[in-house]
Amino acid sequence: MAKRIEVKDLDIYYDKFLAVQGVSMTIQPRSVTALIGPSGCGKSTFLRTLNRMHELVPGARVDGKVFMDDQDLYANGVDPVKVRSQIGMVFQRPNPFPTMSIYDNVAAGLKLNSKRLKRSELDDIVERSLRAANLWEEVKDRLPKPGSGLSGGQQQRLCIARAIAVQPDVLLMDEPCSALDPISTQAIEDLMLELKERYTIVIVTHNMQQAARVSDVTGFFNLRGVGQPGELVEIDETTKIFSTPSKKATEDYISGRFG
Amino acid sequence: MPTPTTSTRSDTDLYAPLSGVPLTAGQLPRGAAPLTLLAVVLAGVALWLSGWNAAACAVLGAITYTLVVTVWSRVVEGSRKATDRLVTAVVTCAFLLALLPLISVVITVISKGLARFDAEFFTYSMRGIVGEGGGAYHAIMGTLIITGLATVISVPVGMLAAIYLVEYGRGKLAKAITFFVDVMTGIPSIVAGLFAYALFALFFGPGVRMGIMGAIALSVLMIPVVVRSTEEMLKLVPNELREASYALAVPKWRTIVKVVLPTALAGIATGVTLAIARVIGETAPLLVTVGITSSDNFDPFDGRMATLSVFAYNSYAHPGFPADAFTDRAWAAALVLIIIVMVLNLIARLISRLFAPKTRG
Repeated sequence: MAKRIEVKDLDIYYDKFLAVQGVSMTIQPRSVTALIGPSGCGKSTFLRTLNRMHELVPGARVDGKVFMDDQDLYANGVDPVKVRSQIGMVFQRPNPFPTMSIYDNVAAGLKLNSKRLKRSELDDIVERSLRAANLWEEVKDRLPKPGSGLSGGQQQRLCIARAIAVQPDVLLMDEPCSALDPISTQAIEDLMLELKERYTIVIVTHNMQQAARVSDVTGFFNLRGVGQPGELVEIDETTKIFSTPSKKATEDYISGRFG
Repeated sequence: MPTPTTSTRSDTDLYAPLSGVPLTAGQLPRGAAPLTLLAVVLAGVALWLSGWNAAACAVLGAITYTLVVTVWSRVVEGSRKATDRLVTAVVTCAFLLALLPLISVVITVISKGLARFDAEFFTYSMRGIVGEGGGAYHAIMGTLIITGLATVISVPVGMLAAIYLVEYGRGKLAKAITFFVDVMTGIPSIVAGLFAYALFALFFGPGVRMGIMGAIALSVLMIPVVVRSTEEMLKLVPNELREASYALAVPKWRTIVKVVLPTALAGIATGVTLAIARVIGETAPLLVTVGITSSDNFDPFDGRMATLSVFAYNSYAHPGFPADAFTDRAWAAALVLIIIVMVLNLIARLISRLFAPKTRG
């Protein structure tokens, strides 16, 4: 469990358009890595290349290497479906499956792949995942009800439970709290701190306080200029980024004097 | 450079225009419009009783009401409300006009069809019947069998085509399919019938008549409708759900089968039911491919079958003696057909309610 991810000279393209250029970083296991930066600088695009969701967009491709514990994710013959079974993802907007109950939503990753499991095993996994997502107490009496009947914050925790039910090694989160109120955000941030004991977590956020609160390492992305590709400006210990960043652009962005 | 805070006058200016505009405006007395309508209707009825044409009375009444209310409102309430009342009147008239043929058809079919809407009609065929009596049991079964076969052919083909177009199709092939589906939507039904006839005549020789030929002709008409409605429904499924499924390491085909299709099922089922309703009343293609018979034949691969629409047409076009008995049976067949279509529509609504993704438990 919890694997290290190493990115080397990654260029990301949409057709001929170079969206992100020259990203190299190492993501440590059992830690939270936050990616911050202005809108449109390629944070989410970069995040989606880590579990090969990026290539679902027609014409999208990458140059460079992404290693997960010395396995090249973009080597020939690597099945993106297998990659995604080890690297889970939580999206910006909560997206539980509307046709499924709360129980089935959590079990979706197993059921949709028709893993043969006994009912009791499945029950265990569902309970364990919901407990891990701090949602069990709230929904244990209404597991057969539709998942879309929950509140936004509960839905997002349901999506987290769904993602960890398949026991991935790495969890990617694309602005998981941007559609939520402060209380739900708090719940999810607490959850992240618990989950990092077992998973490698990468989170994209627009909220710098959030990055400062939950992350161990912070990476700052920025556009090189108008019409230019995005790049990783610097990545370092979160305390260092927020106190004494080594680049001027990072300091400007963090202190709100952007541009 | 003057700053906004230096002048107190600018503050008062801000509110000045508002206090000058009255918030009340003239209003027509309560019930003005309904009372005008009542007066116009009474006048129309009076004219009608004094010997005018009923249609002329209705048209005259509609125009008078619209003019009176619009002018009155313009004088009292101003132009905006007058326009509102004018458009309301015009839209209501258009709605009633569109409803008129529908109501007329329903009333005519019910009043004329009830004469033979009896147990015998549903239990007897026309075998050995030359005059009164007999029924359309063979035609009802024929219609159900042939339409059922057409559905069995069209739904898989249409749904798979739609899935290809939405989930996989890129480039020229997808564009070509979309184009030909559009073309197929406009095919006259007799052409579909001739196509099926020509196809089977190649193998079985001229003059061949089989139920399955009718089913194929109907599916030519049905497939584009199924493709179109399924396509629209699949497009409505949010991309986020597909991504959520991919992120759980679910392969694409399984995502489509287990996530996309269930989410769109209600809409697809409704579309399919409406497509069935659309072809169940077709006459021309069945006339050239299936023909008509007076006896029970429920084997779609062997010889002529009866269908409700052709039964109605045939009874009306080639009546025996007494002719009234044949006309009555034609009307009853039309009534049964309308009821089947209505039941199908109700089923479609039921399905869409049952299968729709639920938000509350």
